[in-house]
Amino acid sequence: MTTAEITATPAPLVRGRTLRRLRRNPLGVVGGVLLLIVVVAGAFAPLLAPYPPTEVHFATPFQQPATVGFALGTDDLGRDVLSRVLYGIQASLEVGLLAVLVAVVVGVPLGLLAGYWRWVDAVVSRLADLMLAFPALVLAVGLAAINGGGLANAAVALGVAQIPTMIRVVRAETLRLKESEFVLAAHTMHAGPSRILGQHILPNALSAIIVQATVIMPTAVLGEAILSFLGLGIQPPNPSLGIMLSDAQQYLFRTPWPGIFPGVALGLICLGFNLFGDALRDALDPRSGS
Amino acid sequence: MTLLLEVDDLSVSFGDTSAVRGVSLSLAPGERVAVVGQSGSGKSTTAHAIIGLLPGSGRVTGGAIRWRGEDITHAEERRLRRLRGREVGLVPQDPMSNLNPVSKVGRQVAETLLAHGMSTRRQAWRHAVDLLGQAGIPEPARRAKQYPHEFSGGMRQRVLIAIALACRPDLLIADEPTSALDVTVQRQILDHLEALTDELGTALLLVTHDLGLAVDRTSRVVVMSEGEIVETGPVRQVLTEPRADYTKRLVAAVPSLTAAREPVADTEPVLEVVNISKEYRIRGRGGVLRAVDDVSFTVGRARTTAVVGESGSGKTTIARMVLGLVHATSGTIRLDGAELDGLRGDGLRAARMAMQPVFQDPYASLNPMWTVERVVAEPLRTLGSADRATRRARVAELLDQVAMPQSMAHRYPNELSGGQRQRVAIARALALGPRLVVCDEPVSALDVLVQDQILGLLSELQRELGLSYLFISHDLAVVAALAHEVLVMRNGAVVEHGPVAQVLSAPTEPYTRQLLDAVPGASVFDGSIVVPR
Repeated sequence: MTTAEITATPAPLVRGRTLRRLRRNPLGVVGGVLLLIVVVAGAFAPLLAPYPPTEVHFATPFQQPATVGFALGTDDLGRDVLSRVLYGIQASLEVGLLAVLVAVVVGVPLGLLAGYWRWVDAVVSRLADLMLAFPALVLAVGLAAINGGGLANAAVALGVAQIPTMIRVVRAETLRLKESEFVLAAHTMHAGPSRILGQHILPNALSAIIVQATVIMPTAVLGEAILSFLGLGIQPPNPSLGIMLSDAQQYLFRTPWPGIFPGVALGLICLGFNLFGDALRDALDPRSGS
Repeated sequence: MTLLLEVDDLSVSFGDTSAVRGVSLSLAPGERVAVVGQSGSGKSTTAHAIIGLLPGSGRVTGGAIRWRGEDITHAEERRLRRLRGREVGLVPQDPMSNLNPVSKVGRQVAETLLAHGMSTRRQAWRHAVDLLGQAGIPEPARRAKQYPHEFSGGMRQRVLIAIALACRPDLLIADEPTSALDVTVQRQILDHLEALTDELGTALLLVTHDLGLAVDRTSRVVVMSEGEIVETGPVRQVLTEPRADYTKRLVAAVPSLTAAREPVADTEPVLEVVNISKEYRIRGRGGVLRAVDDVSFTVGRARTTAVVGESGSGKTTIARMVLGLVHATSGTIRLDGAELDGLRGDGLRAARMAMQPVFQDPYASLNPMWTVERVVAEPLRTLGSADRATRRARVAELLDQVAMPQSMAHRYPNELSGGQRQRVAIARALALGPRLVVCDEPVSALDVLVQDQILGLLSELQRELGLSYLFISHDLAVVAALAHEVLVMRNGAVVEHGPVAQVLSAPTEPYTRQLLDAVPGASVFDGSIVVPR
């Protein structure tokens, strides 16, 4: 949702060219199709899923995939794996989007300020360095442990862990753009800092921000699975790909299927975002051939 | 006499776009020919096709290229590799990016020699040092051990010339060899190149946008426009009796060094700059760089004061200090009698309304995300008090003033040509009805025909609106067209200062003389031909 809003702002022409370039990149098209499938699956999970995700069928545990009634089989409690994967994808995307939102809402303004004023930079960049000294996941695990489980808390923890990288990206763009001639011209037109940052620098930094968002998204999706796997993320019985993996490992030798499908779903989400993000970066880069 | 190079009805396309159509030209051994054209005319593409170095999707779609009678149009890469460097040398445009930054200069020359088997491994270094010496590099033995970043732009171009001539080729293709360099350096380099090719009997194919350069340095010119040859012939004839319309316009647009402005009475000053200096601390060494050293001048009402100098002369720093983008270390700047330094609030507001800039690079000075209308309206939003409808009407009026069609108002800057963008920048500068416009190299990024139009527009606007210009430029010919008064700067200090006619026709300082002499084609254009303006 956030990404859609952001892409809508650039000039129509720029967007048209970007789309054309994206279409010409085969890997980008594959990524886009994967994303479309994943997003449809997550968004329409309530319509697509044959059962509620938490509904148990004690009579039919450990069904194989392609069983009548359970397309992807059932788990140890007889819950439909397909339904749980669909709802799991939904939860993953929700966490991913929320995390991106947190990173953008906090990281972008801080990055802009740090790039524009040296004294802010001294404070913000040191704090960002401090956070970057910890691996993002360790930070997220720590925050999740403090705040407790749940989808929203996991998303905030993962988003906060990504703030420093977003700050760095936006700061670098701001440093570059503030020396450009159109910003100098704006100074001579008595434009104040808020006008220069908001209307001149931010719109021109959007492509970098969008690309960074497509990097944060799969990281957050994976992060959610890891937190949930460790019991720090989404709490059972709510469906989550991480919880499914965690459950599945207990009876992995009896039937591997309930572990394989959520794993594949996770892989597809990350692959989709990475391929699409790479293609988007190339398409938005004005220096690459038109 | 057999021809060295023969290009016959050559066509080149990039994908489906045709870039060069039906180009024919020939070169005899030792001959010097110039290919002249504006950006996008196909002149570089033609040169690249000859040595089989078309970039990306470019390919030859028709015609033939013959080298000493041998058809090399579709020659194998192995043949072409022998051709390049050994038989045809290339001097590329940008001396900054064409040398390997992590390899010693001498080694880069030696490598060329080794690659073509012109030298043995043991002798290559000594041979390379000799070549660098011949290319005009002082102390070649010491400098060969240095890296490219220790060389100035002109010195790097000399290294590239040494590399291009290392294997004693029969033909040297120089693609805009000096367009990134200052005029005085350009002159030295070309003088040297001429002497070297003379000595070796090398033919020269000079690709350039500068008609003056072609006139000075070659005997025959090929004028290209939009991928086709529009005229070809001996230099003098093309210049004195151009047949094609395009060539006529090109010749007419070459700025003359004769001052266009009549001497006029002084008017009351709009801008007074008194003894300003700007110092930068050099990090780490504790030294101080005086970028601008004790400069004073005035700009009168409806008058133009031009500041001329080569790169590093401090001219752009002056423009930025006047605009309040950079603080002066000492000295005062007064606009309409009011001191600019330390202005805040309403005073600063008033000063900015009275003074607006036009920058050098029209590609960089317009926010790429904004439409033309929004760009032009920006000063009206930040400084004016007009409502939306009034703003829109004013933008329409401004676009009229700079001769831009109203339909352009909703375009984005990347949909406009360079000249159109500069018109938009001028419209924006005029939005608030300023008394002073600070122009920092406003035409140096433009082709000569467009440059002529923009200069015409600027002087027309000055007459109509009574504008004053502070005009920064490296190009004396451009200054001659617009200025009333000229400051010549070098290394941050004023070398000469006076009315334009006096500075250009009877300079008192040797440096000014040197600058004037270095303007390509100056002698020809100012002697035998009256350039209509």
